[in-house]
Amino acid sequence: MTPDHLTAADLQTSLGRRIRSQTVRWLFMGAAAVTVLVSALIIWTVASGAWTFISQVEFTRLTDIGWFPRRGLFDLTTLLVNSAQISVIAMAVAVPSGFGAAFYLSEYAHPRVRRVMKPTLELLASVPSVVLGVFAISFITPSILTNFFSEINFFNKLAAGIAVGLLVIPLIASISEDALRAVPQALREASAGLGARRVTTSIRVVLPAAMSGLMAATIVGFSRAIGETMVVTIASGGGDTSLYNLSLFESGGTLTSAMAALGLGTDQVAGNNLAFQSLFFLGALLFAMTLVLNMVGDVIVRRLQNRY
Amino acid sequence: MNPEKALMTQEPDARASDVSDAPDATASDVPATAATGVHARIDVSGVVSGQRPEAGTVFECAEVDVYYGDFRALRDVSLDVAEHGVTALIGPSGCGKSTFLRCFNRMNDLIEGARVEGTVNYYGVDLYQDEVDPVEVRRRVGMVFQKPNPFPKSIYDNIAYGPRLAGVKRSALDDVVEGSLTRAALWDEVKDRLKMSAYGLSGGQQQRLCIARAIAVQPDVVLMDEPCSALDPIATGRIEELIAELKTEYTIIIVTHNMQQAARISDMTAFFSVQANEMGHRTGELVEYAPTSLIFTNPDDPRTEAYITGRVG
Repeated sequence: MTPDHLTAADLQTSLGRRIRSQTVRWLFMGAAAVTVLVSALIIWTVASGAWTFISQVEFTRLTDIGWFPRRGLFDLTTLLVNSAQISVIAMAVAVPSGFGAAFYLSEYAHPRVRRVMKPTLELLASVPSVVLGVFAISFITPSILTNFFSEINFFNKLAAGIAVGLLVIPLIASISEDALRAVPQALREASAGLGARRVTTSIRVVLPAAMSGLMAATIVGFSRAIGETMVVTIASGGGDTSLYNLSLFESGGTLTSAMAALGLGTDQVAGNNLAFQSLFFLGALLFAMTLVLNMVGDVIVRRLQNRY
Repeated sequence: MNPEKALMTQEPDARASDVSDAPDATASDVPATAATGVHARIDVSGVVSGQRPEAGTVFECAEVDVYYGDFRALRDVSLDVAEHGVTALIGPSGCGKSTFLRCFNRMNDLIEGARVEGTVNYYGVDLYQDEVDPVEVRRRVGMVFQKPNPFPKSIYDNIAYGPRLAGVKRSALDDVVEGSLTRAALWDEVKDRLKMSAYGLSGGQQQRLCIARAIAVQPDVVLMDEPCSALDPIATGRIEELIAELKTEYTIIIVTHNMQQAARISDMTAFFSVQANEMGHRTGELVEYAPTSLIFTNPDDPRTEAYITGRVG
């Protein structure tokens, strides 16, 4: 039915409704602004603390026999090497089993099996890291590692690395599986139609097509491993003081566990103001590293961007 | 080679010896092919043909049923497919013609819950007996899909994929690639960019690439599942010309929605229809199978006539 006289007023919303929609808009915007503001505050706090540290520390103290912040010895190499060693062990554990699980779930598993296994895998992701840390010192080291390496320390980097690896498996498996399942079925059919077995199709067609996703999974996993705190604090020890050594059987503090130890804030730490400031410096370092990792990951992912 | 034994071989080498002989033949054939336009069959199956039970028949299907889970998608299809011809499967959507096509190379195995009953004999060997390895079947019965599905690899690697699986030597690959692309009428268009991604090709070129990829493994049969449905009329025309040339060398079974296409390119036509039962489940069945000229001029079944004259479907 056509109205006789249509004016703009007929198409106007009521004032109350307009106010309500404006209010909701501002609320949402406020919520978004809070997250940005908090991020900015964190960066500012960490950066200014790090600057205090770097501008006051004697640079010779940054390379020494080890990490003894209360004595004013801030050997960064010790922490960086320990972090790298533990993360590499973690990846050596997590990448093969994560990819393996992803390939099994995506390419081989019967749907019924997948329905059970995928949630189980994700259950592993919800194990608190403190539990895995305790698992490392109560099981991995005493029940497994001591059988192979008699001279192993109770707190050691190897067990810490393995436990971090266990923590990262579900993350890598889950992202990888999504990447594999995103490969179009048409490519698998094309391969099968040419007489390829499932394993050949997986390796020669699905793997390259999902490469960017698998790289992303690896980088996210590495980033998670290097940032993991609780497992290494418990299992590797050495957060408060740590002598430089390369042995995986010895204890050793990492960037994160050193920060945790500093953050616990005993009087001695507070007494030596530079020791406390080093916490922020380590934080800035860690932040920069994960940022670079994520950016590298982004570049790789974009370069290998799926062309299907 | 006894075909029955060959299908059951688990060793890739057994088949590789077949194929690795071929590149020499291809190499010597290519110049002649290019010059005369005559596509000679590269006969690697000469030994096999001596033992074929009934000369000229590739497939004998008897009472084929296909189920997806409990649901019967196709009922009681029996037909024979002749060698070196084009057999078209036509019919309305959901009539099971694609499902039936995928029985010829056990492609339905890839679909979870799919089950085939009845017999599909390939040169006298039942493809669905336990001993038969579907992978070996698919090396002899190739497939081209509805949507062009090149691998995200170079043009060269797309063609070389199958021959590499079959164990063709690196030194012979160049000839196989050139020969296959030539026979798929794509060589001249891509010979200067073989190392470039197949995704840079147009839809029609991609589909010809997929055909070249399928024939690179020297199959006996090429199955085509609506190969032109994603293409424009010009690209369709090129594929149809190609099919006409390929049928001198290969047995082709093609599913098409386009009745004119079936009439233009096929020798035999099978018309499928679909029936809904009281539960609303739609089951496909074969209505009529006859020479194409007969189907389109003087069909036996009134349902065929209704469909091809456009009154139904």
